Amino acid sequence: MRKINTSLIEETIYRMALKAGTNLTPSCLEAMNFACETESGEAARFALETLVDNAHVAITEKLPVCQDTGLAVVLLEIGQEVYLEGQPLKDAVNSGVRRAYADGYFRKSVCDPITRKNTGDNTPAVVHTEIVAGDKIQITFLPKGFGSENMSRLFMLKPAQGVEGIIDAVVETVRLAGSRPCPPVYVGVGIGGTFDVCAYLAKKALTREVGTSNPREDIADIERDALTKINALKIGCQGFHGDVTALGVACEWAPTHIAGLPVAVNVQCHCVRCEKEVL
Amino acid sequence: MKKLTLPLSKDDVKNLRAGDSVSISGVILTARDCAHKRLITLINENRPLPFEIKNAVIYYAGPCPAKPDMASGSCGPTTSARMESFAPTLLDLGLGAIIGKGEMNEETRDALKRNCAVYFAAIGGAGALYGLSIKSSKCIAFDDLLSEAVYRLEVEDFPAIVAYDSFGGSIY
Repeated sequence: MRKINTSLIEETIYRMALKAGTNLTPSCLEAMNFACETESGEAARFALETLVDNAHVAITEKLPVCQDTGLAVVLLEIGQEVYLEGQPLKDAVNSGVRRAYADGYFRKSVCDPITRKNTGDNTPAVVHTEIVAGDKIQITFLPKGFGSENMSRLFMLKPAQGVEGIIDAVVETVRLAGSRPCPPVYVGVGIGGTFDVCAYLAKKALTREVGTSNPREDIADIERDALTKINALKIGCQGFHGDVTALGVACEWAPTHIAGLPVAVNVQCHCVRCEKEVL
Repeated sequence: MKKLTLPLSKDDVKNLRAGDSVSISGVILTARDCAHKRLITLINENRPLPFEIKNAVIYYAGPCPAKPDMASGSCGPTTSARMESFAPTLLDLGLGAIIGKGEMNEETRDALKRNCAVYFAAIGGAGALYGLSIKSSKCIAFDDLLSEAVYRLEVEDFPAIVAYDSFGGSIY
């Protein structure tokens, strides 16, 4: 048994949120730099270069990379040998988010879904917890912008649609989104599970470094095929037509029911901000 | 890169073609979903708008709060498609230009043509750069909406691309 006070989680979330808001992940920046070098579309390349410039300015000026500093999504993988003490876990997470969004001069973008009244401090965060083996806590902080979130889709495919159906669903989602989600996008795909599990897996896929592949070879093939087909759409950066419509496709999977093939496609803009820490 | 100073004359607008790179200086007003809903309600009730709509430029954006030493926080464009049900009404009332990101519907493109107006695409995600191009910022309406309120921004060398011109041309 290892005791962890939730105030440590609060402090960690605070630090991670501040960093995430002003920094693209190194793998995202690398993919954007590569896109600048390879893009043949003139307007798309201009937009890509502007965005890389923006990423550097954000770091030097300590400004949010994008004004949509997102809904704070927090994934907690908690070792079953950990004993949490102190304030309730979700309160600790929300305190960290509240303080970071105030101190970082980040936009507060959380509101009531019906009255649309802003909560004023960007809380509550979306908190996912998983109990895993061990005595550590892995924290993933993903500030999720909604221009891209709005373009996400969920499909309850027939088992017979198979791999082809999965790839079509992914490509169709990006095609329909067009210029709206700030392409080039990073595409998280959840395959299998239930209606809710595939959506969670799609979100979790977005926390993977851009450019990585699923260790399962047949799933990695789906990622590659989908990426090739997406880039053949020629939507390009900002929808200005070009070669780079997506920076990557990341798939995660879970066993599903014999009658179904759930597929969730979670769209992330080119502004991939994600921090990970282990306590 | 064409340098544009606001307000735009109809001749300025007629000289713009989809795909042109521009650099905008002058006064623009932010408005997003909630502010638009309120503007349309005021119009439907025949009540005055909180700012002069004739020849105004609306920027679909919601800024981050400004740091103490800055005029504005990060302030890139939001997805224009969410405002397309409101845009034709405002264009018919004299709105001179829109700044946002991404495609808009056929009705908006028709309204731009009908009113000799223009839609500029700012680079979505370049929030820090756009924040730095803002020289002053003042909330002029709906302050209870926080970042979704209407802000009067003075911008200098604000980069954008003509997305829809006044002749029906499109970059998309």
